[in-house]
Amino acid sequence: MGCGNFGILNAFKNAVVELGIEPHQFTIVSGIGQAGKFPHYLKCNTFNGLHGRTLPVATGIRLSNHEMLTIAVAGDGDCYGEGGNHFIHAIRRNINVKLFVHDNQIYGLTKGQASPTSLEGMKTKNQPFGVFSEQLNPMALAVALDCSFVARGFAADMEHLKGLVKAAINHKGFSLVDILQPCVTFNKINTYEWYRKRVYHIEPEYNPEDREGAFKKALEWGDRIPIGVIYKNHRPILEERIPIIKDNPLIKQPFDISKIEGALKEFY
Amino acid sequence: MDYSIKIGGEAGQGIQTVGDTLAKVFARSGFHVFTHQDYESRVRGGHNFFQIRFSDKPVMSSRERIDIVVALDKESIISHEKELSENGRIIYDSTALKQAHEKPQFFDIPFVNLAVEHGGNKIMSNTVATGAVFGMLGMELDIMNAIIKDTFEKKGEEIVKANINAAMAGYDFAVKNCMKCSFTLSATSESATKKMLINGIEAIASGAIASGCKFYSAYPMTPSTGIMNYIAGKGKEHGIIVEQAEDEISAINMALGASFAGVRAMTGTAGGGFALMVEGLSLAGMTETPVVIALGQRPAPATGFPTRTEQGDLLFAMHTAHGEFPKIIFAPGTPEQAFYLTNKAFGLAEKYQIPAIIIFDQYLADTEWTFDGFDTSKIKYIDYRLRGDAFKNLKEYKRHAFTENGVSPLAVPGDSRHVVVTDSDEHDEEGHIVEDAETRIKMVDKRLLKKLPLIREEIEPPVFYGDKNPEIVITGWGSNYGAMKEAIDELSPTLNKGGRRGGIAMLHFSEIYPLPLTGKLDYPNILKNARKTICIENNATGQFARTLRAETGHVFDAAINKFDGRPFLIESLLKEISCHL
Repeated sequence: MGCGNFGILNAFKNAVVELGIEPHQFTIVSGIGQAGKFPHYLKCNTFNGLHGRTLPVATGIRLSNHEMLTIAVAGDGDCYGEGGNHFIHAIRRNINVKLFVHDNQIYGLTKGQASPTSLEGMKTKNQPFGVFSEQLNPMALAVALDCSFVARGFAADMEHLKGLVKAAINHKGFSLVDILQPCVTFNKINTYEWYRKRVYHIEPEYNPEDREGAFKKALEWGDRIPIGVIYKNHRPILEERIPIIKDNPLIKQPFDISKIEGALKEFY
Repeated sequence: MDYSIKIGGEAGQGIQTVGDTLAKVFARSGFHVFTHQDYESRVRGGHNFFQIRFSDKPVMSSRERIDIVVALDKESIISHEKELSENGRIIYDSTALKQAHEKPQFFDIPFVNLAVEHGGNKIMSNTVATGAVFGMLGMELDIMNAIIKDTFEKKGEEIVKANINAAMAGYDFAVKNCMKCSFTLSATSESATKKMLINGIEAIASGAIASGCKFYSAYPMTPSTGIMNYIAGKGKEHGIIVEQAEDEISAINMALGASFAGVRAMTGTAGGGFALMVEGLSLAGMTETPVVIALGQRPAPATGFPTRTEQGDLLFAMHTAHGEFPKIIFAPGTPEQAFYLTNKAFGLAEKYQIPAIIIFDQYLADTEWTFDGFDTSKIKYIDYRLRGDAFKNLKEYKRHAFTENGVSPLAVPGDSRHVVVTDSDEHDEEGHIVEDAETRIKMVDKRLLKKLPLIREEIEPPVFYGDKNPEIVITGWGSNYGAMKEAIDELSPTLNKGGRRGGIAMLHFSEIYPLPLTGKLDYPNILKNARKTICIENNATGQFARTLRAETGHVFDAAINKFDGRPFLIESLLKEISCHL
């Protein structure tokens, strides 16, 4: 099996085709890392920005044009490391952005340093004594922040992942899909085999709208790793709460230059 | 007639309310007004002041000499008694300050007692003081009462009435008891029309609104916060979204996202926040995404003097961000310049798809100036974006297409079946990542080298004021405009000898980067021909002098550098200049 990116790309392509979304109808904002190149293998509006900064750009796009489906694609270092602060606050805002994190538990582009999701104890060139920091749990963090949609997928389980992509796009609210993605070159621990032995589909009777239950589910990691929708809620999205764009997206609102005169009156 | 009033007190005593009311009344009465503020980075306590100068002639800087000190704390007396003019007066409340002064320049007014008696609450003692100042000046009451009404209207009719009563009590007390008040105001009410009173922050914010800014994202940081506050307050009326970002990195990236999506976007910060934005600035350069950044300088490094003034970030702004890409820096010297230059920044940022920076400082941010009005017919609005049917009906589209002038069509994603692609990596015409040398060379040529000369053509020359063939030239940029211009006016009568050499002039740069071409005004030659050239800056190392030397080869004969966190006041600037004459 090759790079996990292929599975994610295929699942994503099939999902948008099945949803009938045309290339010009959505924008992908990506960062830097192997995941950042994702939109270059697709045909769609693209802003491939800076490392860690996908969510602010995506937020700016959505606030200016909330008719544009806006998807952020980032890696684990990109989103949870460099962009950690933006991750927290995008969830708080509940901007209706779909975030797909390629989580390979390693830095691939810079050739094998620990990422925020690397296992404790993993030895790398930069961490010769093993990783000391606690592994970041994006699922638990997102549930703690009352993230509107929290799911985990697996790059090698394409049909299942495609379903999660579709569910995230159809969900109204900030949606996080963390995608376990083997890095066959630089991560020799979390291999296809390693993930396959552990991942399981979340039971159909599981209720993702129970936050406490979701928190429990989010903490599962180790011998058994749940994939599927861990949590969702129906918080109002930021775009709906701003009265200025209630009727029309910002980009469709004409600028009335004649209003200036009136605006300056208050200074007299 | 040229009076200055200083209101001193602790943070939280309401000195700003007193100052605002006085300034508004003078402006509405038709006087020329200039105000400046000096405050500490704290919410309560310390010593702050608000200074107002008003005259029947234009004023554009503060004086050291004060005619009326309103002392709301003891420190006001200790610090400002020595600044009093010959017939100046200090008004204070001996009961509240628990000290009495016998000297004739002191005028004891029971602010607190009058406030309780007439307004019903000691909180109105600063309104009593406001009224007392008008009483001392012998001004008409109707404008004062109208301004008080405007100020307190939101709090209800009773509060308005109580404040008017308190102000009247102060007014009457001053009229009856200030035997030695010898202030005479020029008659303005008949001939003069009411003036516009606006500060630098309001001018930048209004300029943004007037330019069709639709999105403003920022993280609060003095002295830029007022822009966000102002625009947020007007957002509903003008259809502008203001988003408070989690940090400045996010703020600029949000603005870039909004701009990419198809609206005019802006962010604002101070030097420290700008340091965080630098990465995003470079992103704007690479993706050719228009953005306007208001950069409010304050004394640094690091946190420095958060609420004070300095011009220490010019070289930082000029040389900021990794890589080579075009950008524009404007440094307005007055609120009027700030208004028009903000408009120009939006226009050029979009026309050339580049970042444009408006660099200012705490001094310009807070100083209020009077004008007869802004000429809104000078405001330009051209939508340079490719949108709607024009984009929809296009046969082929490439976001970063090679064009003759380097400017590629900036399309609004979603308006057409064509996709809009851009990348922080080096990219091809379509916007997709590349590694080849040939495309790199062509892109740098398009993005940077082709645009640069066109951008330079757009830059206006410095203001050249004073003697037309000067022997002495003072040079500066940004907020030093007012003090410099007044210095020229003060020195000209003695130095300028009608056509003969020996005159003085100033060069003030507000369109500062790239430096203007010399076709419209040969400023390097003006400097070369002068016997003495002096560069005046609010920084320690003479950043603009260094820039001019690098760009034109001109070496200034002298420098006047002030880096104590305070602005140039007219008397001390004159003294400094005189040392070099």
